[in-house]
Amino acid sequence: MPIIEMRNLTFTYAGAGKPSILETNIVVDPGEFVVLTGPSGCGKTTVCRCLNGLIPNFYSGEMTGNVKVNDLDIRKTSTMELARHVGFVFQNPENQLFSLSVERDVAFGPENLGLPRDEIRRRVDWALQATGISHLRNMAPYELSGGQQQRAAIAAVLAMKPRLIVLDEPTSFLDPKSAQEILDVISRLNRELKITIFLVEHRLDAVSRHADRVIVMDKGKVVLDGKPFNVYGEEAWLIGIGVPKVTMLFHLLRKDGISLDSLPITVEDATEELRRKLTS
Amino acid sequence: MIEVENLCFTYPNGKDVLYNVCLKVQDGEFVAVMGENGAGKTTLIRHFNGLLKPTTGRVLVDGIDAKKSSVASLARIVGLVFQNPDHQLFCETVKDEVAFSLKNFGYPEEIIERRVRGILETLELTSYTDSSPFMLSGGERKRVALASVLVWNPKHIVLDEPTIGQDYQQKDRLRNFILQLNTQGKTVIVVTHDVEFIAECKPRVVVLSGGRIVGDGPAVDILTDESLVNKASLVRPQIAKLMSSLSDMGLPANVIDLFTARTVLASKLERAETCR
Amino acid sequence: MSMRIFDGFKFTKLPTPVHQMDPRAKFILVMSIFAVCLMFSNLLVLLIVFFAQIPIIGLAKSIRRWSVSMKGGALLATLIFIMNFLTGTTLIYSLAMTVKFLALISCFSVFFMTTSPDDLGLALENVGMPFTLVFTFTTAVRLVPTMAVDAQTVIDAQRSRGLELEKGNFVKRIRNYIPILIPLIVSAIRRSIELAEALESRAFGASEKRESLVTLKMKLSDYLTAIMALAFLTLSVYVYIYVRLPSLEIAFKLPSIWPWSYA
Repeated sequence: MPIIEMRNLTFTYAGAGKPSILETNIVVDPGEFVVLTGPSGCGKTTVCRCLNGLIPNFYSGEMTGNVKVNDLDIRKTSTMELARHVGFVFQNPENQLFSLSVERDVAFGPENLGLPRDEIRRRVDWALQATGISHLRNMAPYELSGGQQQRAAIAAVLAMKPRLIVLDEPTSFLDPKSAQEILDVISRLNRELKITIFLVEHRLDAVSRHADRVIVMDKGKVVLDGKPFNVYGEEAWLIGIGVPKVTMLFHLLRKDGISLDSLPITVEDATEELRRKLTS
Repeated sequence: MIEVENLCFTYPNGKDVLYNVCLKVQDGEFVAVMGENGAGKTTLIRHFNGLLKPTTGRVLVDGIDAKKSSVASLARIVGLVFQNPDHQLFCETVKDEVAFSLKNFGYPEEIIERRVRGILETLELTSYTDSSPFMLSGGERKRVALASVLVWNPKHIVLDEPTIGQDYQQKDRLRNFILQLNTQGKTVIVVTHDVEFIAECKPRVVVLSGGRIVGDGPAVDILTDESLVNKASLVRPQIAKLMSSLSDMGLPANVIDLFTARTVLASKLERAETCR
Repeated sequence: MSMRIFDGFKFTKLPTPVHQMDPRAKFILVMSIFAVCLMFSNLLVLLIVFFAQIPIIGLAKSIRRWSVSMKGGALLATLIFIMNFLTGTTLIYSLAMTVKFLALISCFSVFFMTTSPDDLGLALENVGMPFTLVFTFTTAVRLVPTMAVDAQTVIDAQRSRGLELEKGNFVKRIRNYIPILIPLIVSAIRRSIELAEALESRAFGASEKRESLVTLKMKLSDYLTAIMALAFLTLSVYVYIYVRLPSLEIAFKLPSIWPWSYA
């Protein structure tokens, strides 16, 4: 049974002239690592908000079509209830950490759920370990680097034991190395803990190696949906998404008349292919 | 020319941020200041228009000692565009927002009108002239902020993290725009950690780490230096990693941008095919 | 206009006995000092109360930050002195009022500097305040330094566009603050919306009953502090009612030709 079932969804924010997303169909199976990308204003954030109930509970508007997350209809389920199944990590670490210690922040979600103290303690320790920040448990968020703060945010969400985690451009404010580290943490959660990941990201070069699937949106509609190397073609490039440089390089070389077999999405794949072509 | 001589800066709360920074930026240069978050990049550029004064050392802007000048006077020659446009937008219309600085500098009405119209056209914001800046999208607000600084035509322009939150097309437009400003003779200093963006622009790169300058040179040399790049919490551009792992095949190691890589590889691959 | 005045009330994490004191015991201590300050108008007593706080501040390793809040209060303190003196009270009395004010600022400054908003929140919850209210309070306290940083950034950004805050007549100077206030308010609103979204996503308000991971525990030292504070308060009440304190009165006041003075 799919964990996300978005069928023919059209949503117009209250007071907006036109819909932000139009007849969108997205189906995600449990355990998948899905990347959603597209030019600014294409509707990515709107889609994310529909996944944890912020739409329609926090943001009102006109909705047609339906969305089911973990078999729960978002129109009939409160955000509080959905929070047990879907975790949401925002762009800016500063505004999603509430306490003056990482430990208390990670405990915040379970505390809200009214869990008993020893269960909270267990979950906090587990979440801190899964994100590799147990040694930072007593630090205050402002004492941490951006990358560490995002890890704390992920741990805080993880402590609620969701089956699906939605992340809206979590690496925006991070430097390249921290961005890579965070994506590694997210990928590990997906592989080892089998948590479904729905990640909105511009930095496709860093994330493509982890993704099972890439969905490209443009002007409120889904235009491409498939494995990364299938999606990073001419059309994606024309829409204006950040196709990895090595993939673009191969496109350009093909245009120059060079015959190349595959379309790499990582530096390693590109190196292998070029080495083969140059030595034969 | 902007000259920084042995600049040390400590915040009033005792936090040391810059240690003995020495830097010279010639007129019309394009320089990228890169480094990890907290390296001191933002602190450094705030010295260029006098917002911060050196604790020890000197900062000279076009020969004027920044320590002895007011922000208002230095701002006329150094335009600083802040990272978050929401920290400056306050007017009812985009037109007023852009005109704000000109009014502060005392320009006459007719010149203000003309200049505002001109810069809005250049940045493709004419259709928003009478719109409220708060109603625009993130990318559009960033352009309005840029317009409001460029409108008074400062000689030196400093951009603080202009690529954050921008998609690929917006970054491409920004790159072209910066190169345009450069050809007009303006000095452009960009603070960023967007390695791929800088790899395509290929400016001079100054690397800050822990408050010190740890690298200063052409992008092709700096961004291919693995140890330096790691020290500053950056990564090498994809193209650089690719070329470096193929260096044993006789490919040049100091290629970082797509266009050059394509040219080099195309000729090498063609030769390999014809040899067969 | 410097944002540093807030430093005197900002919590900083330090491993001192004062920081580690249970907030409830600390609160009793602060309230006792507060009550004593309000009770007395005698300069000698007030000076003792003021200076007695200094070793506590030293123990909390916060002397430098405390002096910042003192400097911040200096303007207002001078105002209080002048207001008192010019309305005909004696020099000594005016000084006493000034010291009272400074002593009050001192004790609150120390309290906020050494108590983390989280612990404060736990203490309030303990006393029965509903969680939503407690959370509002601790978030507000936590956001003060963040907003101060925002304010400084806005000031910097507008100054970089030629705004001169120090120039112009009184009216112009007030108007010059509009380009500061509006972005600040907008920033605050945006931030609140982001915080609210994050709260919703973490099931805020999902359950009526709520057990928190960390609980406050009063140690022996905390009980002793609280008992001593209450004893001090009781002693002060006794002194106030029964003991005649030496008066430092020098009958110096403004001559009664001032139109608004009262004899």
